[in-house]
Amino acid sequence: MNIDWQTFRLTLQLALTVSAALLVLGLPIAYWTAFSRWRWKFLVEAVVALPIVLPPTVLGFYVLVALGPRSPLGRWWISLTGHTLAFTFSGLVIGSILYSLPFAVQPFATSFAGVDRKLMLASATLGASPLRTFFRVVMPLSVPGLITGIALSFAHTMGEFGVVLMVGGNIPGVTRTVSIDIYDRVQASDYGGANATALLLLVLCFAVLATVYSLNRRAWSLGLAKNL
Amino acid sequence: MSQTRAVDAPSADSPAEPLAGGERPALDARFSKQHTPEGRAFTLEVAFHTTPGFTILFGPSGAGKTTILDCVAGLSQPDSGRIAIGDRALFDSTQNINLAVAKRRVGYVFQTLALFPHLTVQQNVEYGLTHLPHVERATRASAILQAFRIAHLADQSARQISGGESQRTALARTLVTDPDVLLLDEPLAGLDALTKTKIIDDLREWNRAHGIPILYVTHSREEVFALGERVIVLDAGRIVVQGTPHEVIEAPHQETVAQLVGIENVFDAVVDAISPERGTMTCRVNGDGGPMLLETPLVRGGVGSSLRVGIRAGDILLATIPPVGLSARNVIPGRITSLERRDVIVTARVKCRVEMEVHLTLAARDSLQLEPGKEVWLVIKTHSCHLMQK
Repeated sequence: MNIDWQTFRLTLQLALTVSAALLVLGLPIAYWTAFSRWRWKFLVEAVVALPIVLPPTVLGFYVLVALGPRSPLGRWWISLTGHTLAFTFSGLVIGSILYSLPFAVQPFATSFAGVDRKLMLASATLGASPLRTFFRVVMPLSVPGLITGIALSFAHTMGEFGVVLMVGGNIPGVTRTVSIDIYDRVQASDYGGANATALLLLVLCFAVLATVYSLNRRAWSLGLAKNL
Repeated sequence: MSQTRAVDAPSADSPAEPLAGGERPALDARFSKQHTPEGRAFTLEVAFHTTPGFTILFGPSGAGKTTILDCVAGLSQPDSGRIAIGDRALFDSTQNINLAVAKRRVGYVFQTLALFPHLTVQQNVEYGLTHLPHVERATRASAILQAFRIAHLADQSARQISGGESQRTALARTLVTDPDVLLLDEPLAGLDALTKTKIIDDLREWNRAHGIPILYVTHSREEVFALGERVIVLDAGRIVVQGTPHEVIEAPHQETVAQLVGIENVFDAVVDAISPERGTMTCRVNGDGGPMLLETPLVRGGVGSSLRVGIRAGDILLATIPPVGLSARNVIPGRITSLERRDVIVTARVKCRVEMEVHLTLAARDSLQLEPGKEVWLVIKTHSCHLMQK
């Protein structure tokens, strides 16, 4: 069996990095979309949701342009590191974060908005700051939504193709992910290799999702872990 | 209309210093806010001063009771005015003061209690104490758990305990933070009378040592009498009357108050004759069965002026034979049309010239062998007839 393990390592590394980054980035964005009363909030929500409807190639194209040497961001990165962000692992992470953003933010925001507002008010009357209220009340009561958001971002990044191809290209060990590898093999008529790789990806993704959903179910049925 | 009476409210410039007995500063509020409960908008405009102890906020739903609490707690912002505890301003529109909720030191127990479902009883109670060292936190929590008789529940999840226990936990969680004012929004609704009384007793006991103003929202008449040292009656965003429960109930100058405090019998009447030398007058009530004359206390207004007469169902005596030798001036013959038992009270409807509601005890019903159709005489004292503006 001819499986390129390096592509699996790389893909897992990418998916884990992106999920972790989305947990950090997604929380404040979701908190803001759940609780802000700004009248133009819907515009921000629409921007966050764009990757769901945009073809990945379109998103990938703009990310590529934004990271390239002609954009301020790209130039700033070059002045900092000496090389361009495009066609690097970091560039891939940035593209993937944008691509999976709605898959993290929406479940987070939905579960935040579902927390009884009175609990948050009670927390405030007990002297707690908004930040403390968030970590002691809102987050613990949103665990199922957090798990779902992270699981979806992870799975979504594992399977992404268009954005990776546009932003990362196909550099073995740097940007060549499993989905690119499969595409390459099919192009080269290596159907056996493509089949083996695809099957492994399928099993892997299924295992991850099954684990996550079983965790999630336990979180629900326990009425959330007591001391979270 | 100028029915708003400020009973024993000190003048605005008298400072609310802590009292000698360790009592804490009073809550002073004077503010207005545009209020829109389900479609009908009005301006909430209130001014009150609550000294340590229970003050009842009483009124129909939608009167603005909860909004008042929200404004004091900082969950809602008045359009203008000032709210202060002693000389510590929580809100002052002229000085641009609007303290954050967390900094107000105002305890608030919601109607829904809002216990944190993912925490234990103990963790709920310790929630507001994180600024304290661990040992002190535990000491204070265990003291209040004892005081509210829930120490045995400390390790139970907040979602597993009963209604009464939840109410005790919510009170303990708020009081352990030693607030300067306590706001209670019908926290005991839905509890049976006995459980309620026990919880109130424990709360009173706690406040004997702490002496803070407690603003208690209810629309239950019984609670007004059971709890209130003072009562503020609210209707459509305005304070209709305030004072001791006795004062408010005895002097219902407006029909809204009459309905609120439970004057079951209210009739339109016209002054028929006045006897200034006796301090009484005669009012004519036009019923379906013809006019009925009532002797009432004398108020301003000449013969022919119209007003309303209110008589509490509990103030009316029933006799089964024509009574003689009474001081009561109104003896009215009638016939019982229905008897209905509610809890330990029997409500009798008596048809005289008008229909009158009378409250009796079970014992009275049985010993007089009352039943629908029976002929009776209603006995009503002059001073049981409350006159109201129409």
